[in-house]
Amino acid sequence: MNSVHDMGGMDGMGRIAPEADEPVFHGAWEARALALTLAAGAWRKWSIDAARHARESIPGPDYLTMSYYRIWITALEAQLVDSGLVTAEELTSGAPDPAATKASPPLTAERVAGALSRGGPSSRQTARGFLFQPGDVVVARNRHPAGHTRLPRYVRGRVGVVERTHGSHVFPDTNAHGLGENPQPLYTVRFTARELWGERAHPRDTVRLDLWEDYLDLV
Amino acid sequence: MTLRVQALESLLVEKGLVDPAALDAIIETYEHKVGPRNGARVVARAWSDPAYKTRLLAEPVAAIAELGFEGRQGEHMVVVENTPQVHNLVVCTLCSCYPWPLLGLPPVWYKSAPYRSRAVIDPRGVLAEFGTVVGEDVEVRVWDSTAEVRYLVLPERPAGTDGLSEDALADLVTRDAMIGVTRVNP
Repeated sequence: MNSVHDMGGMDGMGRIAPEADEPVFHGAWEARALALTLAAGAWRKWSIDAARHARESIPGPDYLTMSYYRIWITALEAQLVDSGLVTAEELTSGAPDPAATKASPPLTAERVAGALSRGGPSSRQTARGFLFQPGDVVVARNRHPAGHTRLPRYVRGRVGVVERTHGSHVFPDTNAHGLGENPQPLYTVRFTARELWGERAHPRDTVRLDLWEDYLDLV
Repeated sequence: MTLRVQALESLLVEKGLVDPAALDAIIETYEHKVGPRNGARVVARAWSDPAYKTRLLAEPVAAIAELGFEGRQGEHMVVVENTPQVHNLVVCTLCSCYPWPLLGLPPVWYKSAPYRSRAVIDPRGVLAEFGTVVGEDVEVRVWDSTAEVRYLVLPERPAGTDGLSEDALADLVTRDAMIGVTRVNP
């Protein structure tokens, strides 16, 4: 979706403000927000792609003024309700429905270390071949889905060179919407900065993105 | 936000959806166990051991696991090497993708609109804001983390560090240098 989360190349966002000796969390609530997001995710009611889409779906003007963990909590609340883990009434009242039976959390304290060190690879074995090879000249499709995509606006319609393959990976555009993993080849594609930004860019500079096969056409 | 998050946690705990001790364990992990010291150890090893560096660039996930680092947000890794000709810079323009097992959770500026918007269109201006000047004859190579592949910059080893131990080298390596916004200073 063409919302404000897709920021690459925008002007006017101000100076970068690094914080000296920045703490990992700015207040205890940020730590709880991160942990709640990971622990609730362990129910596997939604994928990482769906989680990203929930964050992107926050209205643009709000997204731009929210802190990052506020974005996470806002999206988490929406996903808890959408998935049925929590009802809208429970979220509003803060109290469990007395008729509901108490669940048993999938992520217990003793499972945390193992779950975090295992992670969740997005690579998949498929029989699908590779349409492109390193060195191929490709163009990023001029596609503007209303749903989730990981094809930033700033490369759409631009020509680059396939640099390497990463095997097949889960396709976010379908997986985010419960339409299947649709695993397909993922490529690193190199664009010259001049191709993307014209004369404003330095002639030596380049930008690389990891792009799925369905984002690309052979030139 | 404190009250809102407390209310949500309390609801999820009462419903049996999350285990509060698991929340504590997650926070303990990212507050005290996983952070940029991990990445610094990988960089220092690569600087000290040419065979390790070769493995790190060729098979990064396996080479990083040799030092005990692996897992969430590091399942697929690429290590990119700075040289006198190439300066690498990592960003996630769409959200906040970052190699957690090596660098921990990202700083606020990395997730912020100014960095995400400008790193791809004005990398030299961004670098200058971090005090990093890159020569006209150097390629600035920006990596936008659009998929599940996570990127770590292998900075150039600073001059005058020949006699240093791996531990002493690791002490020189900063988080920002492994994102690519700064160099490592001796």
